[in-house]
Amino acid sequence: MNTFLQLVVNGLGKGAVFALLALGFVIIFKATEVVNFAHGSLVLFGGYLVVVTREALGWVGASLVGIVSAGLLALLLERFLLSRSRHADANSLALLTIGVDVIITEEIVRRLGVTLPFLGDAWDAKPFQLGGITLFRTHLVALLVAAVLITAFTLAFKYSNWGVAMRAQAENREAAALMGIRSSRVTATAWVVAGVLAGVAVLFIATQDFSGAGLSRGTHSIALAAFPAAILGGLDSTAGAVVGGLVVGLVEALSAQYVSFDFSKSAVFLVMLVVLVVRPSGLFGTRESTRV
Amino acid sequence: MSDTAVKTPAAAPTAPPPKRDRGRLLKALAWVALLVVLLAIPLYLDAAWLKAGQYMMIGGVGAIGLTLLVGQAGQLSLAHAFFLLAGATGYTVLSGPSDDERVIGLGLDPGLSLIGAVVVAALLGLAFAPVSGRLRGIYLGVASLSLVFLGLYFGQSAETLTGGTSTGRTPEPFSLFGFPFTNGGPEIELMGVPIRQAERLWYLFLLLTVLAFVVAKAAVRSRVGRSWRAVRDNEAAASVMGVSVTRAKAGAFAVSSAYAGLAGAMTVLWFDILKPDESEFGTYGINISIAFLAMVIIGGLGSVPGALVGALIVNGLPQVLSLYSADLGWFSGTGDGALTPILVSSFVYGAAIILVVLFEPGGLAAIGRRITPAKKPHLPEEQDK
Repeated sequence: MNTFLQLVVNGLGKGAVFALLALGFVIIFKATEVVNFAHGSLVLFGGYLVVVTREALGWVGASLVGIVSAGLLALLLERFLLSRSRHADANSLALLTIGVDVIITEEIVRRLGVTLPFLGDAWDAKPFQLGGITLFRTHLVALLVAAVLITAFTLAFKYSNWGVAMRAQAENREAAALMGIRSSRVTATAWVVAGVLAGVAVLFIATQDFSGAGLSRGTHSIALAAFPAAILGGLDSTAGAVVGGLVVGLVEALSAQYVSFDFSKSAVFLVMLVVLVVRPSGLFGTRESTRV
Repeated sequence: MSDTAVKTPAAAPTAPPPKRDRGRLLKALAWVALLVVLLAIPLYLDAAWLKAGQYMMIGGVGAIGLTLLVGQAGQLSLAHAFFLLAGATGYTVLSGPSDDERVIGLGLDPGLSLIGAVVVAALLGLAFAPVSGRLRGIYLGVASLSLVFLGLYFGQSAETLTGGTSTGRTPEPFSLFGFPFTNGGPEIELMGVPIRQAERLWYLFLLLTVLAFVVAKAAVRSRVGRSWRAVRDNEAAASVMGVSVTRAKAGAFAVSSAYAGLAGAMTVLWFDILKPDESEFGTYGINISIAFLAMVIIGGLGSVPGALVGALIVNGLPQVLSLYSADLGWFSGTGDGALTPILVSSFVYGAAIILVVLFEPGGLAAIGRRITPAKKPHLPEEQDK
């Protein structure tokens, strides 16, 4: 029973990180209908800048730099590549982000070489006991941070001007533009927010407790596991991203323990497949309807 | 573009029909010339270059399959690497010796095994129909990605089939009606050049690629291809017109998987070992799925010749770069942060994807279409949306 509880907490902690990443996919998708395949490279980029600046700035400063620069990179991508091809359809833009992802990821992996630095200095590898179960600090901090960020995001999404504009644009782009909503600004902010979330997430991913490995190509593939999270929740549902993230975290933690570690990666995708067969637009996604 | 806009008064009465015929003739001649060159290459290039060429042909076969699925049938798939693994494993298991204690082999004839591998991959693609038929666009793309992860797990755990990640297993060398595609067997010489393993495999791969090309062209022009495009453009309208959407989608997925299966069997013959991946970035990993997608995008979604050119760039570049680098002393750095041929070509094709989407959504095929003399208004099938 204790193992189970422990796994659940660990799973939720991992899930919180997946939720942050999945939320990034969803925000971008809602604003632009583009699926950002370059999300993994945003994660790597943020992490890499932490590595580079850590000696000069200390952990806190470096983390801030990493988070901000992931947001900036997302902004640059949107401004210089995606907004320039407004007339291309969303699917080709998704393919474009694949090209971006290949370049950024390869370059950062090259620069990292064989060094695999851990990033979560502040909480890494300091397990502690709580009522007979051993918990990883990384997972608890992740849960806490994700809860704060996601609550803040949800509130902003509901009540701030940006949130209203964003929802209006998600509903109907043209009508929103006619009502005076500056779609380019909404879109740009969406990308920045997604990038920032990715920058936060990497501080948890590249730790001993989370993945057992530092910043590497593997970090990118963990970010990729947020894909099933976003998809099984429903690509256009922010609540779905959170639920999806937690489901992915739990599935991964539980199947790694009860089936095998090798299986846990595919287990996530299997669960997603099952959900998709039953509900093709994910758990909370809007169903597509066609008019003939 | 309307027809009236193109016609100039002077050219209208006489010129168009012969011009089109001449264009087609030129085109046919160009294909024949290309084939002759390809047939002659083994007589002039040494084995290393042939090996590089074979790798491009593997890419070509796989890319043709993917372009049918993504460009013609409009289904995004990232599962190509999985079907590559399926074909590779299929060939190795079917043709493997049956008395091996460590791994399973059925001891079938290699030629038969090659066909078997294609069938296995096609059936697996068909088995994915409940998912692929229900999903669209990005949802399907990510759903199909799950197959790559399942393949990774399969490779790791089904050691009796795949040989396991640490050692792998050797495939039976290919032979056709007793003629081995190795250095053994009868000594053949052509214009003073001994036709050995590299040359033989080159001709085998060339035959398979041509076959794949011709079949794909035929499929695109046939009823089947038309139903795929109808489904791609509008599922509702297609079903109103009497196209069975589920069947068309499942069919496209199976055909594309069959191509990937063939490419997989070629891959295992090329590497001369079946070695499942330890991580998701190997011979049958995500990066390979993305590389195939890159070939298809660069070539121009849906264009069969475009897919071949895309394969030439994406699969060819690392091969050619590493061959040249030996001569020129490029990429001599090793270890940390070294620029490897694979890295450089990743940069190139990543950039190529971006440029194509930004400036020429029709890919290289669209450029090619613009510079070839013959306009083909009667063949709308290769146009991208």
